Amino acid sequence: MAYDLSFARDVYKNSEMGHWIKMCKQCGVCAGSCPLGPHWEFSPRQLFQMVRAGKKEEVLKSHSMWMCTSCYNCIVRCPRGLPITHIVHGLARYASVKGYADPDQVTNRFATRIFWTNIVSTGRVGEAMLTMRLYFVDGIAAGIKQGLEMKDSALGMLKAKRLNPIPLRGKIKGYAGFQAMLTKAQELEEKRESGV
Amino acid sequence: MEAKKIGCYICTGCGIGEALNVAALEKVASKEQKIPVTKSHPFLCGTEGIALIRQDMANEGVNALLIAACSHRNKTDEFEFNIPLLDRVDLRDKVLWVLEDGSKDSTAKEDLQMMAADYLRMGSVKLKKMNAPDPFLESGFSKDVLVVGGGVAGLTAAKEVADTGYRAILVEKSDQLGGMVARMHKTTPTLPPYRTLEDNPVQGLIAAVEGHSRIKIYKGAAIHKTQGAPGLFDVTIHAGGTETTERVGSIVLTTGYNLYDPAKLDKKLGYGSSPDVVTSLEFEEMAKAGKIVRKSDGKPAKRVAFSLCAGQRDSNHLEYCSAACCSYSLKHALYLMEQYADASAYILFQELRTPGQMEEFYRRVQEEGGVIIKGDVEKVEKAAAGGLTVQIHDKLVRGKEQLEVDLLVLATGMVSSVDTTDPNNPSPVGQVAEDAARYVLNLQYRQGRSMPELKWGFPDSHFICFPYETRRTGIYAAGPARRPMGIAETITDATGAALKAIQVVESVARGAAVHPRSGDLSYPSFRAEGCTQCKRCTEECPFGAINEDEKGNPLFNPTRCRRCGTCMGACPQKIISFANYSVDMIGSMLKEVEVPAEDEEKPRILLFACVNDAIPALDMVGQNRSKLSPYIRIIPLRCMGSMNLVWVADAMSSGFDGVLLMGCRHGDDYQCHNVRGSSLAETRLSKVSETLDRLQLESDRVKMVEVNIMDADTLPQLINDFAAQIASLAPNPYKEF
Amino acid sequence: MKEYTFFPGCSSEKSASAANMEHSVQSMCKMLGIQLNEIDDWNCCSASIGYAGGGQLPRLAMSARNFALAKQQRGNTDLVATCAACWLAMRETAERMEHEPEVKADINTALKEANLSYDGGIKTRHLVEVLIEDVGWDVLKSKVKKPLQGLKVAGYVGCQTNRPFGIVGESYENPLYLDKMIEATGAIAVPYPKKVSCCGGALMFTEVEKSCALVRDLLQCAVDNGAEVIVTPCPVCQLNVEVYQGKINQMFGTQFNIPVVYYSQLFVLAWGGSWEEAALHQQVVPADALRRFA
Repeated sequence: MAYDLSFARDVYKNSEMGHWIKMCKQCGVCAGSCPLGPHWEFSPRQLFQMVRAGKKEEVLKSHSMWMCTSCYNCIVRCPRGLPITHIVHGLARYASVKGYADPDQVTNRFATRIFWTNIVSTGRVGEAMLTMRLYFVDGIAAGIKQGLEMKDSALGMLKAKRLNPIPLRGKIKGYAGFQAMLTKAQELEEKRESGV
Repeated sequence: MEAKKIGCYICTGCGIGEALNVAALEKVASKEQKIPVTKSHPFLCGTEGIALIRQDMANEGVNALLIAACSHRNKTDEFEFNIPLLDRVDLRDKVLWVLEDGSKDSTAKEDLQMMAADYLRMGSVKLKKMNAPDPFLESGFSKDVLVVGGGVAGLTAAKEVADTGYRAILVEKSDQLGGMVARMHKTTPTLPPYRTLEDNPVQGLIAAVEGHSRIKIYKGAAIHKTQGAPGLFDVTIHAGGTETTERVGSIVLTTGYNLYDPAKLDKKLGYGSSPDVVTSLEFEEMAKAGKIVRKSDGKPAKRVAFSLCAGQRDSNHLEYCSAACCSYSLKHALYLMEQYADASAYILFQELRTPGQMEEFYRRVQEEGGVIIKGDVEKVEKAAAGGLTVQIHDKLVRGKEQLEVDLLVLATGMVSSVDTTDPNNPSPVGQVAEDAARYVLNLQYRQGRSMPELKWGFPDSHFICFPYETRRTGIYAAGPARRPMGIAETITDATGAALKAIQVVESVARGAAVHPRSGDLSYPSFRAEGCTQCKRCTEECPFGAINEDEKGNPLFNPTRCRRCGTCMGACPQKIISFANYSVDMIGSMLKEVEVPAEDEEKPRILLFACVNDAIPALDMVGQNRSKLSPYIRIIPLRCMGSMNLVWVADAMSSGFDGVLLMGCRHGDDYQCHNVRGSSLAETRLSKVSETLDRLQLESDRVKMVEVNIMDADTLPQLINDFAAQIASLAPNPYKEF
Repeated sequence: MKEYTFFPGCSSEKSASAANMEHSVQSMCKMLGIQLNEIDDWNCCSASIGYAGGGQLPRLAMSARNFALAKQQRGNTDLVATCAACWLAMRETAERMEHEPEVKADINTALKEANLSYDGGIKTRHLVEVLIEDVGWDVLKSKVKKPLQGLKVAGYVGCQTNRPFGIVGESYENPLYLDKMIEATGAIAVPYPKKVSCCGGALMFTEVEKSCALVRDLLQCAVDNGAEVIVTPCPVCQLNVEVYQGKINQMFGTQFNIPVVYYSQLFVLAWGGSWEEAALHQQVVPADALRRFA
């Protein structure tokens, strides 16, 4: 049934900054302000109306919200003051947690698995490892191909002493506490996201 | 009355003394124009200069002042002597500042001097032709205000009038006060932070009005006749089987609106197909009664679609936006959500328009969960489970969607309640059947019983500059009778109109014009024996100020008059004049210009400029120091409507090579302070080729242009191009006569 | 000597992508008599892209841990960041903890697991704000020993230094401080209409072609306006705009070879610092245009 509000109400409650979706007045300034605007199947304003229209599958399976570069242009321009960037991040996360997001969507894969795993495993970003994991995510052959393509850049970085030749890095000193903190935060987050 | 004694004072400050031969100018005034007292002063607007003038007024008997200095729009406080006979000659802004510097070039110096001398001559003759107006005063003037219509607008206007100390007479056609708003549950917010619904203000207003000692109320009443003019309106009221005539000074027209007939709406909106399709007003009444339910089966209506712009902004129905329905529909959505925690309110819009502070209220409704949908209703069907299936074209998610709702609420628009007529085709009194019900005021005006219309049946007034001033002086439309608007705006509007109504009765009592020539004591008089009963004056007056007797002679109503002079411009017999403005005066002024002989190759171009827009724009040209042709001579007119064609003929026969008329924009979005003045001038001018043909002159010697007050940047080119075009023609052969 | 608590961020670590920024920032601060006290054992700020893996609380908790450590080690001394993403993440965390009591409570529940707590009180600032507000334009100008006379520079502010928080007093659409900094070194700030356009950010990793197209436009705009060098305050911008030039040239058949440096590098050079102090030896696209001032 069109405009059944149960999905919208769940998003309002359980997606980051989701309650703001109510407030969109559909002007479209966000769509016109997005650097990757043409690559979004549904612009932010459309996504928001689709949430209100109850189009759960179409919204959550869409690749659109993974197109966000986090440039925050939409946020500062929204005449209604919606924190659009955060809402879009929230929808991406919501789609991911609820199992709708395409696991092979490149940004989803990178953001939810490679990047997050990278930072939580030591407490800091290991840039070299991050790049390697990214290149080899589709297998060894694809990884070598990608690596070769980026060889010149990587060599340039190495030469400039801006890339660590040893991908492995140590953990921060307080890693145990750091990890315990994240585990707890994760637990609270899950509670939150399940709407309890 | 003492004899007129003119004093001419030439200011030599602001560079005038350096650029011009002031001694020669003094000679023009004293010798040529025979002005008894002529003096110059280096700083005329200073204390010493003003004292000089006052001394002469006290000691020399000077009682008419010709001040040759800057534009009449400057130094108005300094040069205020509280005398009726004063004219300003502008030697600075329109001479010094727009001509080439004459310090090195003898031709330029000569041109400067000639222009200054001509303006001094024109000013002298103008003052000679000017008489002190004798204000129109009668003993029967009333200061009471009639308020027609007892809704929120009328109640507010009556209360404001009475609270200010004047008597108000309130006439309401139904048996109850309160109008449309009395049928409403609550109102949209009028106070910060503009988020919460407010209690209906109507009962409080009614109580205040009914208990007011200075307000007299007629209910169940109709106005059978409105005769007379501001200060002197005699209004015949029928109520309870008796007829009463009230004398009032002014009228506030607050008859509100009628709702567009939902039966006329497009079939696809479903009105009439199910009891669950209702109008906004029906929904409002349901909310007022308490429970929001499906009309079909009385079950709770928790899912409701509100379709905005039902039969509005639609060329098949109402072409315009009713301004308030978006806010009202948001209010209805809030009624619903306040009644049911699990309600779904869908607001179907074309553009959600929430003027003023209603944007805040719009936010509130969204916060509560109201869902907006940009889209149209395409089909409405009864649903099997009761309620309705509404198919919409959803422009936001780009597709057709089916809404399952309990009610569909249609926001129908506001229709004018005022009887108006196309001002170009009025139905005159006597030619219309006696059907009092058709008319609100039943005006006994030669131009018809109704209010002249602007568009879509609403009474004409200048939307931005003078919203209350209808084309019937002393009658002020306010609230949705003037144009569609919501409650908060209506209250402001009615308050403004009440103040205008008071202003006019006070002005009338002093014999003064109220608008736009506020304070002007002059009014037109006519030489009856010269009248040919051509009726041009009675037809053309933009304000219907002139009635006719049975023979077709004009009957002036001075208090209806705005003093624009359109009648004077219209009169082919030149028998209409004001004490201080006449056909003869302007004609004499232009004849006073010294036209150089043909072989001097100095053409002369006459500019008639409207004082409302063109003159201020010309002043700005001077302030910008933009250069104008030295061959132009400017004569300000009250309004282009006062332009009498004889002046064009006079100019041509006096040897002017061209005439440029600068009036205000006319048409739907007119800028003319007198609504029709510039338009009528243009119509008259279309006949000027006859005059020119008779004189065997080219018709492009005369041109009329629209000038806006903001045109100072483009005006020089416009004038100079015209001057160049005139220079390209052979000189006017009448120069030698 | 003025002291600040310092959060360098992952890219400013030794042998990390913004090592040139870190090195030049240290040189610059030394020349200004500013001491940056690095938070001991800080962790990643989680960056913007952390939203997907971390959600809200884990992401915010990471910055909160850094606040807690900073408070333990340095009290409420202003906390300065040089990386746009770190600065943004910390400001976002501080703002949400201040305005959302539940978030603050949950974060502290998590921090407790690391024997930490944070109740607010530290002001997070961008180093650029320290230069403008605490050091001041007069001092920045007076330090110049080798004015970068005639050098044409495009000031690329980018996104996250500018939005959603931005440098105090600047507009979102046309911030002027970077142009003023360029001018303070004696160089010429060329008009740069793309000064706040996006370089693709972290999507350079995943949406390579789309991001490279954005960077191509940024480069083209700089070249079209006559710039010899691009200057930026943001490590992500610097990386994307500098390092991908080769790939962009391959993809689009262009021939970009324009150095991209940090404002700190320009200042150090103009104030008489050496090529190495300015970390100009750590460029991928050699900063040849600056050689004449070294």
